[in-house]
Amino acid sequence: MSTQARSRSLMRGFYPSWFLAPAVILYVIFFAVPTLVSFYFSLTRWTLFDHEFIGLDNFVEFFQDPQLLKGFTNTVIYAFVTSAAKIVLGMSLGLLLTSSLIGRGYLRAVVFFPVLVSTIGIGLTFKSLLDPFHGIVNGALGAVGLPQPGWLTDPNLALLSVAAIDVWKGVGIATLIYIAGIVAIPEEYFEAARVDGASAWRIFWSITLPLSRPATTTVVILSLIGGLRSFDLIWATTGGGPGYSSDVIGSVIYKQYQAGFYGLSTAGNVVLFLVVTAFVLPVFAVLNRKQVDL
Amino acid sequence: MRGVRSTLRACGFGVTIAVAGAALAACGSSDDSGAGGKTEISYLVVAREGSKAGAQAEIDAFEKANPDIIVKLDTFPEGADGDNLVKTKLSTGEMDEVFNYNAGALFRALQPDNQLTDLSGEAWAADLPDSYKKVVSTDKGMYGAPLGQSSGGGVLYNRKVYDQLKLSVPTTWSEFIANGQKIKAAEPDITPVLQAYGDAWTAQVPVLADFANVTKQDPAWAQGWTAGQKKFGQSPALTAFTHLEQLGKSGLVNKDYASMTNIQALKALADGKGAQYPMISDQLPTIAQDSPDAVDDIGFFALPADDAANTTATIWQPGGLYIPRSAEGDKLEAAKKFVAFVSSSEQGCQIQSDTGVAIGAFVSPVCKQPSDVSQAVKDVQKYLDDGQVAPALEFLSEVKGPNLDKITVQVGSGITSGAQGAKQYDDDARKQAQQLGLSGW
Amino acid sequence: MNRTTQRWIVGGIAIVISFVVFLVPFVFILLQAVKTAPDAGQLSFRWPQEWVFWDNLTTVLSTDDGLMGRAFWNSAVLTVGSVTIMVVLAAMVGYVLQRRPSRLNGVVSFFVLAGLIVPPAVVPTIWVLQKTHLFKSMSGMILIEATFGLSFCILLFRAFVATIPRDLDEAAVLDGAGPIRLFFSVVLPLLRPVVVTVIVVQSVTVFNDFAGPLYFLPGSDNATVQQTLYSFQSRTLSQYNLLFTDILLTTIPPLVLYVFFNRQIVAGMTSGAVKG
Repeated sequence: MSTQARSRSLMRGFYPSWFLAPAVILYVIFFAVPTLVSFYFSLTRWTLFDHEFIGLDNFVEFFQDPQLLKGFTNTVIYAFVTSAAKIVLGMSLGLLLTSSLIGRGYLRAVVFFPVLVSTIGIGLTFKSLLDPFHGIVNGALGAVGLPQPGWLTDPNLALLSVAAIDVWKGVGIATLIYIAGIVAIPEEYFEAARVDGASAWRIFWSITLPLSRPATTTVVILSLIGGLRSFDLIWATTGGGPGYSSDVIGSVIYKQYQAGFYGLSTAGNVVLFLVVTAFVLPVFAVLNRKQVDL
Repeated sequence: MRGVRSTLRACGFGVTIAVAGAALAACGSSDDSGAGGKTEISYLVVAREGSKAGAQAEIDAFEKANPDIIVKLDTFPEGADGDNLVKTKLSTGEMDEVFNYNAGALFRALQPDNQLTDLSGEAWAADLPDSYKKVVSTDKGMYGAPLGQSSGGGVLYNRKVYDQLKLSVPTTWSEFIANGQKIKAAEPDITPVLQAYGDAWTAQVPVLADFANVTKQDPAWAQGWTAGQKKFGQSPALTAFTHLEQLGKSGLVNKDYASMTNIQALKALADGKGAQYPMISDQLPTIAQDSPDAVDDIGFFALPADDAANTTATIWQPGGLYIPRSAEGDKLEAAKKFVAFVSSSEQGCQIQSDTGVAIGAFVSPVCKQPSDVSQAVKDVQKYLDDGQVAPALEFLSEVKGPNLDKITVQVGSGITSGAQGAKQYDDDARKQAQQLGLSGW
Repeated sequence: MNRTTQRWIVGGIAIVISFVVFLVPFVFILLQAVKTAPDAGQLSFRWPQEWVFWDNLTTVLSTDDGLMGRAFWNSAVLTVGSVTIMVVLAAMVGYVLQRRPSRLNGVVSFFVLAGLIVPPAVVPTIWVLQKTHLFKSMSGMILIEATFGLSFCILLFRAFVATIPRDLDEAAVLDGAGPIRLFFSVVLPLLRPVVVTVIVVQSVTVFNDFAGPLYFLPGSDNATVQQTLYSFQSRTLSQYNLLFTDILLTTIPPLVLYVFFNRQIVAGMTSGAVKG
């Protein structure tokens, strides 16, 4: 072990710090500077034309929004449901689409297709398919005698329906990352296991699952952040409604931005940043601590 | 808010293309700019098929008459991104030399005194009606030239259904409800009143289009509202919300109100499957496109007040053409020429009539509506001729809560009462007024 | 049950499910694109009253003097340029972060996550672009998109560099490779499945970005394909037939490219067997 450690420290020079430089320069100029500037504006009443320093008033105002608690709960539910579904489905589809089966090329393409469709198109498409009276989904349910809920119009269902559409749209990315993760596992591991006569389940549990951890890490972090920040699909399908029933923090902020409350919506973004960070950092730390090093 | 804003926009960017034969100050373009001594300006309009086609026709006609000027067409998307893009372009000094944007509250949010060029000295400005000047002016100047037609907010109705059941246009709210009940009793397959919350903005129309009735009862209501003294939670404005609540509970509304979209509702109205739809007449182009044979079956009446004496049509003003402060020198002269050309000339009105659908009445005194306009447009014109009109609230006050669509959906769906909804909207507006830094809130 | 039957049964079931879940919405989009405007406006899952796909297609393609063609070119330049930059730069960062853990790693991780979490600030970014004279230029837009994509790529590369054995680095160094050759000729080729994945995901993101080009690259000459969608939907008059035709047009070319790139990931499978 100590020789390995020594050789690693000898190797350090071959991983030069200046590799970071170009990325850091871009990040600082085009992201960090504008972001810090905008954080200042969260302390102002800002019309884009001029601004007036008002201290923490925007934050006070933001937290007084009567819909904020509902929006917060919805955000957590939405992020959890979509992340969990994307991980489970993404991994299942990743396994399926790296195994040998007929129509694999077609299946890979079709799973990825929704990723490419613009959000406006998806909104209109599902408004139609999920229309409670004339939509094809309820038509099919009615034909076999099942209840026909108002998917996007029932206050209790709207959020989960949008979450399902989100999974439909996003699972292609999760699947793709899992495919890359499974493909990256050296074939010898599987061969050795098969020689030992391990069952398919055992191979999955002891090899595929732990060794595709890089993919899992990425999918968890991305879908969690995506889910906590998400609002565009909600905007295109329910607009946060009916009433406020499918509003999330992101859509509350967007509405303020839309109304021209630039300082207030920037303050909202700062709050959202803190909320997301509070959720994601611990998860990120845990996932990275257990990182496998081949 | 989305709805309110887009409402404004919709009437604004319509249609008009005018070419000013008159009053073009001779301004020779001299030195600095452009290819081969030509001055190039750009013209920003909303990225919508109709307005782009109209704008391109204006440009072609203008360039022909002014060979030393080149006009490039530029577009921005409708909705929140469009509003923000306009503000962003202005505040970063990157605005096109001429742009088309809403009048009224959204115009005031552009800080016209700092951002826009005063056009009150232009030759065409003297002939503008005061009702329009007000919505493109501040205390310090007049900044916009009208482009398009004003439209009426009230109820679009199917005249065939009315004729068949021998109904007459209601002038009071109780007559309106009674008509609905007669329709329901006589023709169970016809929806008496259409509601389409699949597009949440449509839910605001019954409240917004009632505002002329409020003004009729209290002419200074809008100023009181801006000052934070008048509230929707109190009479007379409260009526709009309680009427909406009544409508929701009346059993006169289509059962798929929660998911029906605006386009579907307009189609149902044109097909005679629905009898009445509280709406703004700027939606007539959709009927003209989707149900061309039914255009003359559609009529318009003002949203009835409780008392017939107060029943007044609410008017939306079209948007304006503006020139930013950042346009200077030859470009400024070219831009002024273009604005005059487009906004107030007979040739332009002709192009406009050819490329657009009539939705109401032209603002520019040079432009006249052709005689063969649809019945609903004639109905709107009748209210204008009789003086039974008042502007929508957004042309009188910059206070406008962002959640009106959601609040009205909840009232119309029976989730909250009219009184609660009105109270929620007052709170919503308070928040916006505070963001604007208005006093009294 | 032998492997061949299994492959047919599982594949068959998957294909049937995919018909319901993925093809039904696709068919809806297709149907909308062949309808007339009044027909499409009703948003119903019905057979078209009249087939006018060709009219719709020519209308969309000829809108604004063939803006569509220009928009495709702009989108392609923007996507290729920005994805190339972000992939190379992010791979370098992810690689060093994973290979040479230090106390700074936590800080860097925080900034990487921040890049994913914080939405870009539009107006201050325009100020920066104006100051650097990059506003309204394609190169400025490319750098902006590359910056916005860095965090995602770094996260992915950092996670996947871990799957490449360090022994390989040491062997290459013993062979006399310097840091640059070690990375570009040894490590990067082995990352191929990830590189392809990142290219695919980020190309889609950049290609589908609407707000970025709208604010940072204004002007109709600079329009990207996402901007063309807004011509066909408005509050007063929508042409959903043209909107969906446009959606098909902007979806099919990337899908074809995806199918092509997907082969590259599969190719990565065999190279995965060789390595190690």
